[in-house]
Amino acid sequence: MKEKNGVIGKSVKRVDAFEKVTGRAKYTDDLCDRNAYVAKVLHSTIAHGYVKSIDTAEAEKIPGVVRIVTCFDVPKNYFPTAGHPWSTEPAHQDVADRLLLTDHVRYYGDDVAAVVAENEVAAAQAVRALKVEYEELPFVLDVHKAMEDGAPQLHEKYPNNILAHTSIRNGDYENAIKEPGLKKVEGWYQTPTVQHCHIENPVCYAYMEQGRVVVVSSTQIPHICRRVVGQALGIPWGQVRIIKPYIGGGFGNKQDVLYEPLCAYLSTVVGGRTVKLEIPREETFSSTRVRHAIHFHIVSYVREDGTYAARKFESFSDQGAYASHGHSIAAKGMGCFPQLYPCPNIEADTYTVFTNKAASGAMRGYGIPQAMFAMESHTDDVARALGVSPYEFRMKNVMPKGFTDGFSKNVNYYDTFRECMEKGRKEFGYDKRLEKYAHQTGEIRRGVGMAVFWYNTGVWPISLETSACRMVLNQDGSIQVQVGETEIGQGADTAFAQMAADTVGIPFEMVHVVSTQDTDITPFGTGAYASRQTYMAGFSIRQTGELLKAKIIETACELTRQMKENLDVVDGNIVRTTDGDILMSLGELATEKLYSLTNNGHLTAESSYQIKNNAYSFGCTFVEVEVDIPGCRAQVTDILNVHDCGQLINPALAEAQVHGGMSMGIGYALSEKLLYDERTGRPLNNNLLDYKLSTFMDHPDLQASFIENYEPTSAYGTKALGEPPTCSPAPAIRNAILQATGVALNEIPMRPHLLFDEFKKAELI
Amino acid sequence: MYDMKALYEAESVQDAVRLLEEHPEAQIIAGGSDVLVQMREGKRAGVELVSIYGLDELRGVKLEEDGTLRIGSLTSFSHITKDPLIQKYINVLGEAVDMVGGPQIRNIGTIGGNTCNGVTSADSASTLHAWDAVIELTGPQGVRLTPIKDFYIKAGKVDLRPAEIQTGILIRKESYEGYAGHYIKYAMRNAMDIATLGCSVNVKLSADKKVFEDVRIAYGVAGPVPMRAVHAEEAGRGLEVTDGNIEKIGDTVLEDVTPRDSWRASKAFREHISKVLCKRALREAVLRAGGAV
Repeated sequence: MKEKNGVIGKSVKRVDAFEKVTGRAKYTDDLCDRNAYVAKVLHSTIAHGYVKSIDTAEAEKIPGVVRIVTCFDVPKNYFPTAGHPWSTEPAHQDVADRLLLTDHVRYYGDDVAAVVAENEVAAAQAVRALKVEYEELPFVLDVHKAMEDGAPQLHEKYPNNILAHTSIRNGDYENAIKEPGLKKVEGWYQTPTVQHCHIENPVCYAYMEQGRVVVVSSTQIPHICRRVVGQALGIPWGQVRIIKPYIGGGFGNKQDVLYEPLCAYLSTVVGGRTVKLEIPREETFSSTRVRHAIHFHIVSYVREDGTYAARKFESFSDQGAYASHGHSIAAKGMGCFPQLYPCPNIEADTYTVFTNKAASGAMRGYGIPQAMFAMESHTDDVARALGVSPYEFRMKNVMPKGFTDGFSKNVNYYDTFRECMEKGRKEFGYDKRLEKYAHQTGEIRRGVGMAVFWYNTGVWPISLETSACRMVLNQDGSIQVQVGETEIGQGADTAFAQMAADTVGIPFEMVHVVSTQDTDITPFGTGAYASRQTYMAGFSIRQTGELLKAKIIETACELTRQMKENLDVVDGNIVRTTDGDILMSLGELATEKLYSLTNNGHLTAESSYQIKNNAYSFGCTFVEVEVDIPGCRAQVTDILNVHDCGQLINPALAEAQVHGGMSMGIGYALSEKLLYDERTGRPLNNNLLDYKLSTFMDHPDLQASFIENYEPTSAYGTKALGEPPTCSPAPAIRNAILQATGVALNEIPMRPHLLFDEFKKAELI
Repeated sequence: MYDMKALYEAESVQDAVRLLEEHPEAQIIAGGSDVLVQMREGKRAGVELVSIYGLDELRGVKLEEDGTLRIGSLTSFSHITKDPLIQKYINVLGEAVDMVGGPQIRNIGTIGGNTCNGVTSADSASTLHAWDAVIELTGPQGVRLTPIKDFYIKAGKVDLRPAEIQTGILIRKESYEGYAGHYIKYAMRNAMDIATLGCSVNVKLSADKKVFEDVRIAYGVAGPVPMRAVHAEEAGRGLEVTDGNIEKIGDTVLEDVTPRDSWRASKAFREHISKVLCKRALREAVLRAGGAV
């Protein structure tokens, strides 16, 4: 749906631009009462074992300490933390394996006690003064070792630490590989544990009001958070109110319920006083969520003509200590394997395995950046084995137009992959660079590479997709819009305002999106994840906007005595369509209606919409790298992402979204890795100095380009763009390094340590 | 909110010395970019602080009558980089400290703090070693001078005696006149990082630019404290300026450097990079000195 003179498709200014640029926007910590108590968490200093006792005597003596709560004090309500919509079928519910604090420590950094104090210094001193006695157990950090018989067991119900194992069997792999003349290409690919590194650390504060507990939190998922806090505290969900103000990024870490339940509980044990719990950066790394490290094994049997005969896929996903989002990540990665390059004979298995490390959860891309690194590195390996151009090989094999996925019922309505690749090839000057860098010698070499990515929009049909919206008309003809989908920095509120403006027929400036979600007030919605915001919220915004518009027209009929079929709302005015006359402004209408002594009414509309669709969202990355061989460094010198995310609601915001994702992809490819000490299980680099998040000095100018194929299932022609940009840079960079040096790196990050080892093996240094 | 027992703000160098005598346990704080971080980590929680940050007399770069460059210990990295005397005589120091952290750190961080915390990775330290810098310390007994190589005792420990503060860093005229240098910071990213290895080189070429009259090579992170590669320097002195000789000098640094294996980088990797950086820095220094390779 695109209005002729509408605002959809225009790069209007963000609705929150001035607030954020001037520093006036209020985030959780800005809103917290300065007299709030401060809480701090004591984390375990062993990777596996039991807390035998905690001596609180010294800590209690510290002036300002209000209350110390240990793992022996908290209620034993096991709760799940994943930010998934709840399922009323027990079989589909997330694993409930967390307690507010635990005596069974499963990773270095687990939560064993908490202190509430009058100020931060007292809280920190008290945490240092707590003496914990542990009974240590053996621990395991490696997924393959964790699966061995006799390995340390993390959870009773999961033998060999396997949280889940799922498979795909299409055709007959074993028989298909017997075809004569096939070439076998095989590879193992490893992706690292990385962290989201949102600017604002997890922070929340809780207080009690009229017997209920209120939590203000930097979360992506306020309505889900309410349910989990209720489950964790063992209280009815209506006794919990969650308020989500502006947040400084989340990238999926805040699509988990992190410390909100503990903070809420702490408030209840200090008489409902406000308790603030802010997680420092070091603890954000060690004790919140990380991206699953996944080890992949891919075998392809390919014919001389460049077609696939049979393919095998295995992956081993490192879950860390608790289930969190669990197997969903690895399963999503495997799920796209038969789709990306369709092949009749497929054997695929994926395992999600507990280890004694921080729990892995949702992170931008949800398993696909990992899967794309493996699959798209492998694609280049296959092309190289056949001696054909990696571009042409993809053109030949990648998902065709009209492809329909049997499970999700997703349809590839356009020849998206090929359109994106062609556009990228032209804009990037791929052919010229490929030729230029084909035969290089010397210490500093350049190379060019590419990779495609598969993505989709939202979680249907695996899980519920729904959105709800409320619109309220003001006296001046402006409206408030509320949805459960959250602004987390990506610009969702602006896109929502653009949609509402066009549907109702009012100027963009007359739409006021209520940015804060408050579970007492905001219509139900599940929050920001799965790149679902514009697509999913679009349905309820369109539906509610049309409901409101119908009420406006109805009122206009009363006030102007014209038939409704001849009336429309255009640019904030009631227009007679037969002659184009403006009969009255929407402000006049609203004021008259609200103060009418004869036919009074407040015009509002509210509706919810269940979405039983999903939409593919594809694209690719082209990249050029410069490799300093003796210096063992690779640097990105040019990079372009091409996306087909349907109709762009706001091109400038879409471009910014792509830039952010590419930046994350560059760090993933070249520098980021959370390291653990083999001897103790302790995280080694859980701070922003030692964890090498890439800076913009490590990026060239980031380029984004779009194909705008209107998504037919969508309320506004749009589909996923939040996560897709981060999916394909890493394999493209890997493939560029391969072109530059002839060295195929099968592990990320491709940091100097790896380049040193691999260049030595290849006798380049 | 920082956990500090007390903060004493010095009004003069003498006052700082007096405060340190009165509070022997106190930690000196200048810009705070290291001390505050350590306090937050709990390592120096509850500490007494003597702040010298207000002592403007310790800021700025001066050329003394005998040609000695005096850098006040509280001079910030950004001021050093932008200082005309630094740019004219030892620009490589300005370039080196311009690689510290990011702009905010370079505005608050001081060269005195960078050397007094005794870490091997400090971007100023290897370059100051290469320039044969002299450290000026002021204490209850007055002023004393010590060569920078003696100032570093062991990792995290410098020769700062009770109630002493570092008041200046001196570069003698004979140390810089006729020399040109280059610093390479090898880090895992291009900003906001500490060096995995740092190599600062300066050379003095013969009048015809054909011979290395003197070569100074200094490293950070090649050992527990910043160091000079004395064997490599010795090997280089008097050699003709050729590509082969630069390779030779670079290979000799393995006799000097003693990096260790750690999770940050392996010994083998650091040794390899030591050679690469030395050769690259030498080539650049030769070009800057007017020579050719």
